[in-house]
Amino acid sequence: MTYETVIGLEVHLQLKTRSKVFCGCSTNFGAAPNTQTCPVCLGFPGSLPVLNREALKLAAKVAIALNCQIAKKIRFDRKNYFYPDLPKAYQISQFGHPLSQHGHLPVLSNGKERHIKIRRVHLEEDTGKLFHEKDHSLVDFNRCGTPLLEIVSEPDIGSPEEAYAYLTLLKSILEYIDVSDCNMEEGSLRCDANISLKKQGAKELGVKTEIKNMNSFKGVKAALEYERDRQVELLESGQRIVQETRLYDAERDVTESMRSKEEAHDYRYFPEPDLVPFDFEKGLLTEIEKEIPELPEPRKKRFVSEYRLSEYDAAVMVSDKAMADYFEDCARLYKNPKIIANWLMGDVSAYLSEKNLTIAGVNLKARHLTGMLEMIDRGAISGKIAKTLLKEMIETGKEPGALVKEKGLEQISDEGEIEKAIDQVISENEKIVGDFKDGKKNAIMALVGKVMAKTKGKANPGKVNQMLSKMLREDK
Amino acid sequence: MKLNTLTAHELIAPLDKGDISYIDICNSIIEAVEQKDKKLNAIAHFDKAAALERAKSSKGIPIFIKDNICVKDELTTCSSKILEGFRPPYNATVIEKLLAEGAVLMGKTNMDEFAFGSSTETSCYGVTRNPWDLERIPGGSSGGSAACVAADEAIFALGSDTGGSIRQPASLCGVVGLKPTYGRVSRYGLIAFASSLDQIGPVTKDVEDAAILLKAISGHDQMDSTSVDEAVPDYPALIKKDIKGLKIGVPKEYFIKGTDKEVKQAVLDAIKKLEELGARCEEMSLPHTEYAVAVYYLVATAEASSNLARFDGVQYGFRSSQAKSVIDMYKKTRQDGFGDEAKRRIILGTFALSSGYYDAYYLRALKVRTLIKQDFDKAFRKYDAIVTPTSPTPAFKIGEKSKDPLTMYLSDIFTISANLAGIPGVSIPCGFTKKKLPIGLQILGKAFDEETILRIAYNYEQATAWHKTKPLI
Repeated sequence: MTYETVIGLEVHLQLKTRSKVFCGCSTNFGAAPNTQTCPVCLGFPGSLPVLNREALKLAAKVAIALNCQIAKKIRFDRKNYFYPDLPKAYQISQFGHPLSQHGHLPVLSNGKERHIKIRRVHLEEDTGKLFHEKDHSLVDFNRCGTPLLEIVSEPDIGSPEEAYAYLTLLKSILEYIDVSDCNMEEGSLRCDANISLKKQGAKELGVKTEIKNMNSFKGVKAALEYERDRQVELLESGQRIVQETRLYDAERDVTESMRSKEEAHDYRYFPEPDLVPFDFEKGLLTEIEKEIPELPEPRKKRFVSEYRLSEYDAAVMVSDKAMADYFEDCARLYKNPKIIANWLMGDVSAYLSEKNLTIAGVNLKARHLTGMLEMIDRGAISGKIAKTLLKEMIETGKEPGALVKEKGLEQISDEGEIEKAIDQVISENEKIVGDFKDGKKNAIMALVGKVMAKTKGKANPGKVNQMLSKMLREDK
Repeated sequence: MKLNTLTAHELIAPLDKGDISYIDICNSIIEAVEQKDKKLNAIAHFDKAAALERAKSSKGIPIFIKDNICVKDELTTCSSKILEGFRPPYNATVIEKLLAEGAVLMGKTNMDEFAFGSSTETSCYGVTRNPWDLERIPGGSSGGSAACVAADEAIFALGSDTGGSIRQPASLCGVVGLKPTYGRVSRYGLIAFASSLDQIGPVTKDVEDAAILLKAISGHDQMDSTSVDEAVPDYPALIKKDIKGLKIGVPKEYFIKGTDKEVKQAVLDAIKKLEELGARCEEMSLPHTEYAVAVYYLVATAEASSNLARFDGVQYGFRSSQAKSVIDMYKKTRQDGFGDEAKRRIILGTFALSSGYYDAYYLRALKVRTLIKQDFDKAFRKYDAIVTPTSPTPAFKIGEKSKDPLTMYLSDIFTISANLAGIPGVSIPCGFTKKKLPIGLQILGKAFDEETILRIAYNYEQATAWHKTKPLI
């Protein structure tokens, strides 16, 4: 039997506001426990929430970037449940009338662009954090009241790979519009997944399970793959799927049932009487729209047409806004965008990922990188030397010309100097020279290598090749 | 004359002349509390030394505060065991405003637990007694505030009104009680019962003091999104205008069968008096009145069930020491911490909000609430104010209704609508029964038009002497 996989993702995103969503406390991560609290976020009796307009603005920014329709009236509801990290025993959220609905994300899946539907994006408050000790538990309310955005997709994702692509694009967009740190380790971005199977072509959805506790996008993909296979196995062996919440264990790469019986939660949602519904100002919407930069998808298309990059290269370039901005800075200074992209995707990215850095976090000016590329074009340095030079530039922040002089990295094009090196190599490698003369034409490459080594890579390799062939022929 | 028997506006002249000092007033209050409160039990928290200390460093009139309004570092318990020992880390906005005026905070007044009640019988500190008859209840839930003002243990006090909790006890104790328009006074620091209905308001010996106190506590507050940015009029000056030509509606639904005959007669006499003073009174109708109690007990309990969920033993107040797990802690803390009426309302409200019942109860109630509000909108296009009895009966005996919640809930039948509609209402003394129990006249007004109802109340008060009669205690 073949099954279709049906996946829905629920992303929780902490918005990057200075203060919390309903009070003035700081949202900084990592402060000493319970130092960023006040009667409001501690839910003290008599305290009342006041909406942080910056949080609403950032929330609307996300909604617009995800192609959602924004509600005309902003309303909040109370979601009632008991938990020690929830000091009011209700979370201020949006239930009946979310901030926005009916969005979509143009995700690249199997080489094709597909619009994955977004059901709703709504604003709520984060909870505190529990720490379980041996015989007691502690609660830190610093996080409590941090503005949290819930981004819920429709069950419209067809595979774990597609889920991964959705999350990657979502994160990229969120970084583009600068609304969140999007840091899964610090919990500023969290993702839960729903997955079910249905028979190929069937209309009705199967029984779903909810998976939690993934701390990376790769983890989400792996958990979904495991859960899909588990469900297939159950169905194939004639068993039934139980609707439940399962926790992903990344170490063992399995999902495990969290509760034996799914509790029927009744959150008793009702309109939050402490926050009066208000009209979303049209002026604010225009203001927000102006703040949204070109998003990754349109930018990718532009990179293809404007810079003649391949789809793949363009996609890599735009996935990180800082990288894409850097690319464009370089493209303004240097004529061949493809070469810029190659360097950025190759040596630059390799260096950054090795050192766990970002392009925005290193001291490599666009004009330094393009200056280096021009030096290669002029034959002032070799491509090989450029690799060394690049590292030097990143580490010292100095401009390439100065570094080349300082380190003596100029390419040797002086024929006398090269000839001297060739003479030495010929005399030291009689056997290889012999091989060449016996017709093994490839042997010349070994000799070129020796000459390059002798000149510490500084000789112009084209010139070495050319001169070496000539000298070997003359030497007959 | 003893200073504790005076009103704030009466104290101003002798203070200005230097005949008396602020300390004298405070001492006279302390003496009255010590002398009478053992009998009345109107005061829940009282620290004589601390009060005197505050009087020394301030230049203002002493005031008592209902026990559900947060005063920094002072016991604020809603007369509930579950808030045992709770001292808020902050002041309610009204307290900040009063302190800015120099007021001396004397202590906290007894109340029905979490303001759930009409008799002050559900307090964890025991019932407050009516100064006019110690066998009777003072009304509720601001029974402590009304009783202490009536007995001259206070110059004035603050109460809170969710369904009549200022006006009904004011009526039963023979004092003035005002519920302002929803949004007129900040709720920040008022421990919520029903957030969409609660308002803080004055309990005073006469109308002029109510105007003075209202002016002091009113105004927009950035900390309360439901407070409204409307200018605060100079109430004490404006209420002295006459009431000639004002149109006053008398809703026929408020003179129903269950209304006590003496109460009805006193109110009809008051209406006659208002006509003598130049107002034009006529019978009219508020057709959805009969649904008000049902709507109220759905909306108010639903909100209360959510507002009271935070009392879970985690951060403050009472925590059961018997618990073995978190869930157990919640259950035992709430089981032992809340009284019966609080539990009854939490269960009612939880039920009304439950999925499958929400539409039939809570949502339906909201719709009927809108109809009730529309009744008033329509009425106020024609009338400047509406007068009714405040309570269908005078003060009843302690224990008389506490076994029968439904009968108790009907005590608020005339006051509830104002909260549902968000409009202001004031209760003023308008007579006594043969048994010497006070009767109250309720005057309802347009939203943010406290001025007109206080003006009617002031003119009536000037033409009568009910407020000058004091209980013998």
